Amino acid sequence: MSDAVTALGGARAGGPLATVEEAPLRGMVTLRGDFARVGGAVREAVGLGMPKTRQILTMRDRAVAWMSPDELLLLMPYGKAGAVVTLLEGALEGAHFLAVDVSDARACFRISGSGSGAREVLARLCPADLSPSVFGPGEVRRTRLAQVPAAFWMDDSGDVTLICFRSVARYAFDLLANAAEGDAVGFFPAS
Amino acid sequence: MLILTCPYCGIQCDETELAPGGEAHLKREGPGSSDAAFEAYLFERANPMGVHFERWRHANGCGKWFLAVRSTTTLEVYGTYKAQTPEPPAEIVAAIRARVPGWGGRA
Ligand SMILES: [Zn+2]
Repeated sequence: MSDAVTALGGARAGGPLATVEEAPLRGMVTLRGDFARVGGAVREAVGLGMPKTRQILTMRDRAVAWMSPDELLLLMPYGKAGAVVTLLEGALEGAHFLAVDVSDARACFRISGSGSGAREVLARLCPADLSPSVFGPGEVRRTRLAQVPAAFWMDDSGDVTLICFRSVARYAFDLLANAAEGDAVGFFPAS
Repeated sequence: MLILTCPYCGIQCDETELAPGGEAHLKREGPGSSDAAFEAYLFERANPMGVHFERWRHANGCGKWFLAVRSTTTLEVYGTYKAQTPEPPAEIVAAIRARVPGWGGRA
């Protein structure tokens, strides 16, 4: 068994605005299928209900994120992804669906800053509206991080978790680190 | 800058989050069609100055294709709707007529 490692070995950078840190390995499973049919399987696999549009539901080390009208991203500890796929396949047998362990295809970063620091870092890189009235905790936003696709969500403290493809991990990290370096503009009220 | 609301995820997408897909509501001409009809399906496109129906994909987002109607001259958006809609919905047509009284319908 090979030793699984993250793309950047836990790289870390910080500036006045926020700290950017590569997160440890995390299990991720993409599930595509008819949302009217997959609810029971999702509950069986990760113990969570179905998220509403653009919502992410979290319970301890598990989460379910809405990615599109027929796609969910399930999060779990790294070693559990294979078991989750097996559970999904069993529960959805006969249905038209797709469940794939994508843990090793992703890079994951944590952006933490005081006040609206993390929000401001993202606003420098994404076309998304990041004002607190539009984007807040509990919502997952898929968008563009400069030139690559990314998705992120915010927890209650205002810290952000961001995922992107592993093949662009260095690019994404350098972008985030660079954006965290500048001083705060202070456009957003502290969230 | 064009801003379109994705009818699948509800996000107001900046144009740079989207990928353009050309004219909407094209009727596919397949085996059995005449050469002229197939050529028209492949190559002939409306190019109006004004109201235009287009396909867009929320590429850096939920990934879904949707349809949008906008003015090619002012970039005013009259509405967006799901790709599984064979004809422009009545409320979209009403929104266009309200803003463009002399509109002659889809080319
Ligand atoms: Zn969308």
